[in-house]
Amino acid sequence: MSQTRAPIDRGRFSNKTVFIMAAIGSAVGLGNIWRFPYVAYEGGGGAFILPYLVALLVAGIPLLLLDYAIGHSQRGSAPLSFARLSRRLEFIGWWQVAICVVISVYYAAILAWSVQYVGFSFTQAWGDDPETFFFADFLQAAETGVTLDFVPAVLIPMVIIWAVAIAVMALGVQKGIGATAVIFIPVLLIAFGALVVQALTLPGAIDGLQTLFEPNWAALLDPAVWASAFGQIFFSLSVGFGIMITYASYVGRKIDMTGSGFVVGFANSGFELLAGIGVFAALGFLAQASGAAVADVVAGGIGLAFIAFPAIISEAPFGALLGVLFFVSLVLAGFTSLVSILEVVISAVRDKLEMSRIAATLAVTVPMAAISILLFTTTSGILVLDIADYFINRFGILLVALVAMLAVAWAVRRVPWFADHMSRYGSVRLGRWWVVLVTFVTPVLLAIMLVLELVTAIGEPYGGFPAWMLGVFGWGVAGAALVAGILLSIPKWKATTPLEAPEHDEEVIR
Amino acid sequence: MTAGAIVMMVAAMVVLWGGLAAAIVNIVRFQGEEPADSGRDL
Repeated sequence: MSQTRAPIDRGRFSNKTVFIMAAIGSAVGLGNIWRFPYVAYEGGGGAFILPYLVALLVAGIPLLLLDYAIGHSQRGSAPLSFARLSRRLEFIGWWQVAICVVISVYYAAILAWSVQYVGFSFTQAWGDDPETFFFADFLQAAETGVTLDFVPAVLIPMVIIWAVAIAVMALGVQKGIGATAVIFIPVLLIAFGALVVQALTLPGAIDGLQTLFEPNWAALLDPAVWASAFGQIFFSLSVGFGIMITYASYVGRKIDMTGSGFVVGFANSGFELLAGIGVFAALGFLAQASGAAVADVVAGGIGLAFIAFPAIISEAPFGALLGVLFFVSLVLAGFTSLVSILEVVISAVRDKLEMSRIAATLAVTVPMAAISILLFTTTSGILVLDIADYFINRFGILLVALVAMLAVAWAVRRVPWFADHMSRYGSVRLGRWWVVLVTFVTPVLLAIMLVLELVTAIGEPYGGFPAWMLGVFGWGVAGAALVAGILLSIPKWKATTPLEAPEHDEEVIR
Repeated sequence: MTAGAIVMMVAAMVVLWGGLAAAIVNIVRFQGEEPADSGRDL
């Protein structure tokens, strides 16, 4: 039996505005800027808005609200929240923690590249060939295999990123995470808004918008387009892997969580639309400047950020300004997401070991920074990053989200109870519609997505990488996260940690 | 731009940015309670 003791605050957002800003900061990340525009273009252009909106309302926001319900009602990190629902489900929380460890160690590398490219924007260091510069000169990328040849141009910004991240995490929930979001999100909006305005004034911008928004209604008959819309919403909203559970546990009992969820969901998608407009206006300019069709210069992901955009910066009037705005936006959006991912790990360690904020921060982030620097500042860093990112998203996040939903809806059958909890102080009442979506519809959709991804990954070795690299850094890492989750759930909680959720804020532990 | 592209661009703006505006108005008008204090974060 657990024994009670004088309550110690585990940290809290001071009000709903700070919480919403932090949640938006987590949701709005690199994918909003470099993934959505490409996915929308590939998925039928203007017609894509239909499956995208359906995905947001049917899966995205309901899933977000489920994460909120778990964290807000159970008042703990992901492992503690699941342990309070049922001791048998604790492994799901640790599985989410392990996934966050994997993501944060490679996510920091992309931020480090972006920091360097802010400087490169002034000198246009990539010259006439941004692709060769990025892979051969900047990253000094190896052909294959794993090396320990460090690249100083990546190492230095990486150390800076981790130092700043550790400082922010050590400052705590309100003064660190909350304050960072409250400052960074408005600055991000201003910087990216300025980028959009500048991009729209470039010659050819209208052609870019035409390419993005021209509706291809026939695409809506393709199931793959609907799957990509659900995938975009799912991966973009930071749901299913512990972040929103952790953040919601730091919110006061009587805060309007359902209304907050709708703000976060629409803010995330609203920013994606802004990114689509800015990116395609710039791509329209690049197409005109290079005498090609817009379709021939369209890119997504790393190709858009570090190859296509440098080419745009080289051609555009006031290109340095455009570059600074773009890469600063990447850094801001990415950093607030990195902070949220780290908090999942720190919060879990604090809850389990009853450590102080600073001790837990150092115990978690210093080893993670070391692994991150060791693996991703070498000439093989981008290869490992590419594989780990592909597999941990699909067979980590997607799989754990499905397992969590099935466990909550079917093993412990708490969804109706969550609906009551969220509706008690929420401006949007969660009725039978939400219970049906979370219990039946969304799990089926996630399962379909997972099967499609599994068929693709098994049928065609990802990226042409050798089997041993896919086995170690892909399947191996994704599998290790699950094993780690199970092993970490074995040790018992301390007697002073109640495994029943406290009823009132005053009883919040640590 | 073609009429179809303009219509879809405007529709996307109205739905997503309008949805965000509506969500913000909803949460501002709702009379919820804030926590008494921000609490000490160890």
